[in-house]
Amino acid sequence: MAELDTSSGGGKDKKVRSKKASTKVDLTAMVDLAFLLITFFMLTTSLSKPIAMDIAKPDQEDNDVRMELRASETMTILLGKNNKVAWYMGEAGKSAPNIEGFSDVRKSILKNKNDLYKSRGRLLIVVVKPTEGATYKNFVDIMDEINITGIKTAPAIDDVYITDDEKAAMRAGGIL
Amino acid sequence: MARAKVQRKSTAIDMTAMCDVSFLLLTFFILTATARQPDPLEVKLPSSTYKIKVPDLDMGILSIGKGKVFYEIVGSDIKKATLVKMGEKYNITFTPEEVQRFSVLGSFGVPIGNLKEFIMMDGDGREKFLKASPGIPADSTNNQLAEWLMQSRHSVAELHQTQMRVAIKGDADEEYPMVKKIVDILQKQKINKFSLITSTEGG
Repeated sequence: MAELDTSSGGGKDKKVRSKKASTKVDLTAMVDLAFLLITFFMLTTSLSKPIAMDIAKPDQEDNDVRMELRASETMTILLGKNNKVAWYMGEAGKSAPNIEGFSDVRKSILKNKNDLYKSRGRLLIVVVKPTEGATYKNFVDIMDEINITGIKTAPAIDDVYITDDEKAAMRAGGIL
Repeated sequence: MARAKVQRKSTAIDMTAMCDVSFLLLTFFILTATARQPDPLEVKLPSSTYKIKVPDLDMGILSIGKGKVFYEIVGSDIKKATLVKMGEKYNITFTPEEVQRFSVLGSFGVPIGNLKEFIMMDGDGREKFLKASPGIPADSTNNQLAEWLMQSRHSVAELHQTQMRVAIKGDADEEYPMVKKIVDILQKQKINKFSLITSTEGG
């Protein structure tokens, strides 16, 4: 059994003086640790927030929202498989679509935007048509490109009406 | 000539006050940090240059990956109300304990029939269960996802008097038709505006 020794020095008459230890503790290491943790929590709370990309799609049932666009001012971008896009200006079938990778599409959008603005002073309207071969990443990327190139008119997202001409052109390019 | 004596000062500083302040701040940050629950559905987010942060209130987050859909309702009060509403809809009565446990769960993707069993599992079991589960059924014949969305929107409208925002967290390699299927469900409920959650692009 453990017993507390209260005899103080084994019965000797000599007084035992306990050494007075300083009560000061070195807090430097503790402060270091605390600040490290503070930094960690500060960064994780504000940086972990994901980024939102707001998308608006036309109402499927309401036909009043349909808007006529001038064909000459629209650029249609078809998203195909193998991370490729096909784009054309104006009406479908009249000009052969250009098939490009995602790295070049930004230049094309900018070129079309500037050409249209110079020749007519109008803003380019972009129509995005994702097809079955496209991945979600392609869709996000193209919306991102539209944002980067500063297209202010709302991009039209159309995944319902993909015409036969468009399909044929995409098949010819091997991206459908 | 007598030399001027330079008094030596001790270099030790009293750290007590600094320690107090730093621990106060630390406590504050720990308490305000919300514990992030691990996503059961592994999703590789595509990156974008957008800078708008996702709001963290009144949200419904749909995770899409590997052909499965998981749903996460943000806010424990909304979760409780939604679960009760879903129970009424599918004739399942959830006990108060089950409702309580559900209110702290994160993302889930189980058919409503297995929900009771799923709620009463422990953390490890739940993780395994979600890995094997087919996600929330979203077919036209058995559209539980649409029901979940509808009920959570009702709950947000009733409890917080605002509109619920819907966010989509899609896997980068997910094929577009799957995303379109989910978006079509949203559009059937007249949700024409939604957010896509992306990660920040480096540089």
